[in-house]
Amino acid sequence: MAEVLVYVDHVDGAVRKPTLELLTLARRIGDPVALHLGAGAEEAAKTLGEYGAVKVLAADAPEFSDYLVVPKVDALQAAYEAVSPAAVLVPSSSEGKEIAARLAVRIGSGLITDAVDLEAGDEGPVASQSVFAAGFTTKSRVTKGTPVITVKPNSAAPEAAPAAGGVEQLQVAFGEKSTGTKVVSRTPRESTGRPELTEAAIVVSGGRGVNGAENFHVIEGLADSLGAAVGASRAAVDAGWYPHSNQVGQTGKTVSPQLYVATGISGAIQHRAGMQTSKTIVAINKDAEAPIFDLVDYGVVGDLFDVVPALTEEINSRKG
Amino acid sequence: MSLRIVVCVKYVPDATGDRQFADDLTTDRESVDGLLSELDEYAVEQALQIGENSDDDAEITVLTVGPEDAKDALRKALSMGADKAVHVEDDDLHGTDALGTSAVLAKAIEKTGYDLVMCGMASTDGTMGVLPALLSERLGVPQVTLLSEVSVTDGKVNGRRDGDAATEQLEASLPAVVSVTDLSGEARYPSFKGIMAAKKKPVESLDLDDLDIDADEVGLEGSWTKVDEATPRPARTAGTVVTDEGEGAKQLAEYLAGQKFI
Ligand SMILES: Cc1cc2nc3c(=O)[nH]c(=O)nc-3n(C[C@H](O)[C@H](O)[C@H](O)COP(=O)(O)OP(=O)(O)OC[C@H]3O[C@@H](n4cnc5c(N)ncnc54)[C@H](O)[C@@H]3O)c2cc1C
Ligand SMILES: Nc1ncnc2c1ncn2[C@@H]1O[C@H](COP(=O)(O)O)[C@@H](O)[C@H]1O
Repeated sequence: MAEVLVYVDHVDGAVRKPTLELLTLARRIGDPVALHLGAGAEEAAKTLGEYGAVKVLAADAPEFSDYLVVPKVDALQAAYEAVSPAAVLVPSSSEGKEIAARLAVRIGSGLITDAVDLEAGDEGPVASQSVFAAGFTTKSRVTKGTPVITVKPNSAAPEAAPAAGGVEQLQVAFGEKSTGTKVVSRTPRESTGRPELTEAAIVVSGGRGVNGAENFHVIEGLADSLGAAVGASRAAVDAGWYPHSNQVGQTGKTVSPQLYVATGISGAIQHRAGMQTSKTIVAINKDAEAPIFDLVDYGVVGDLFDVVPALTEEINSRKG
Repeated sequence: MSLRIVVCVKYVPDATGDRQFADDLTTDRESVDGLLSELDEYAVEQALQIGENSDDDAEITVLTVGPEDAKDALRKALSMGADKAVHVEDDDLHGTDALGTSAVLAKAIEKTGYDLVMCGMASTDGTMGVLPALLSERLGVPQVTLLSEVSVTDGKVNGRRDGDAATEQLEASLPAVVSVTDLSGEARYPSFKGIMAAKKKPVESLDLDDLDIDADEVGLEGSWTKVDEATPRPARTAGTVVTDEGEGAKQLAEYLAGQKFI
């Protein structure tokens, strides 16, 4: 069977969930070969093998963290040349999309970004995308070269399928152009202990209605009672009430959880773009005319400062 | 010496309109009014600020690849304060995808001459966010992308990138390709004076011949990808909406329990 190259997203060898989804989707097209850059390849290989990687190509070099994006493209290109895959899959983070794009130019291939599903087809992999603020679903293919496709988080349920997953070192040569953009300093984002926004099964978001940074604990309380991630509208982020990394929407994160709870959010098209594909949508808003109510499975017209704390208490007491 | 900045701006269908696909499955640019992508206004704004803060004379050119109406986007950018505009317009461009557009933009940028290329973080219609990286690859100059803060001094670009896992401080030498996010600072409104002045600023039109690009390298035929199907998302079935009269939280908890979320 043809091989499919999968770019691994990990934190020091801890493989992130979207990569397991990619491995699962890759198996519909061929045998996944994983590319692991940076430290922790041996550790990661256990997980990658468990989810179907027949082989793990590994490379570690200071260039990967000292310079922006391009050294990783060099490595992906080296892996591409070593494997001659039927397709290349990359997680759809902002960096992942940049890496994939540059690879596509180098190998003379078409590019599809932000796929939400992937199937094998007679003329190569068929990618589903959600476009125009999730108003349409499209199916597309790459028609030139080896398909390079980036895939969004939550596009498939990861399925274990044990395979060999042995680690092989990959030689990567860096050129002068690889070191063009220097990373002068890096401050990792602090962990909140809550689930990752794009990976969470439940997301509770607050908007302008939360009315102040000091009130966001109300949203966090509900999120914690449900084991959820916390999101925010751009209005809340712009006001400085919550970090940009938690913004849901067109210029923030796209989420597609089992349950999305919008509190004090009107439901502007740019916000909908980031949450419309959630399985179940719940809203709490004091304006019965708010457009968010057009999307809901269940809505409560009311003041969030009454409803949210009472709901949190109710949930906590039900959990016992 | 002068600092030559080329700002890439896209003319997009208004996101608050009812966006549709045309029969050939390209973006329908007829049914909804178009405008300068809001996310590219941030790029114009930062270009103007870099120009204002530069010791050298700055010359700011706004560049678009798009249909006839895309001139509106150029006019808006000129009225904000850009000096001149380049419009790449050719019937054979209809249906060009990201790889093709990047090839056309790269040729037009080289023809115009540049020290710095500025882009928005993503177009509001295609939302790919890959053009800046594609341009960097094609032009062979550094990419300093997704910046929430940017400055240019002594032939170097510095900026802050708020990434998914970390905040990074970046540096590269000119020439370079930069993209800025919507955190980079609100874009200015065109003044009346700016609007009047824009009417007299030069807009150069280029077609594929001018850029030595063959028609079969671009357009729907030359595209590297193909859309086979576009299906409107089924309308959500109307949900239950209750009004809180003291029992709202309980009712919602009941619902969530029924759906097995609690
Ligand atoms: C290019 C572009 C990109 C954008 N990207 C994004 C994006 O990524 N994400 C995003 O969210 N937005 C984005 N926006 C902004 C978007 O258009 C809206 O302005 C924004 O989503 C509004 O946020 P909001 O719903 O919190 O605020 P509002 O629209 O002001 O709504 C607040 C809601 O809270 C309700 N409320 C107030 N008080 C209470 C209370 N006590 N209890 C209950 N309800 C209450 C009100 O009834 C109202 O419905 C973008 C805009 C543009 C132009
Ligand atoms: N047709 C176009 N003409 C000029 N600039 C464009 C065009 N398409 C995209 N861009 C630029 O590239 C950025 C990213 O676009 P995209 O990769 O399409 O999301 C935009 O914010 C623009 O700055």
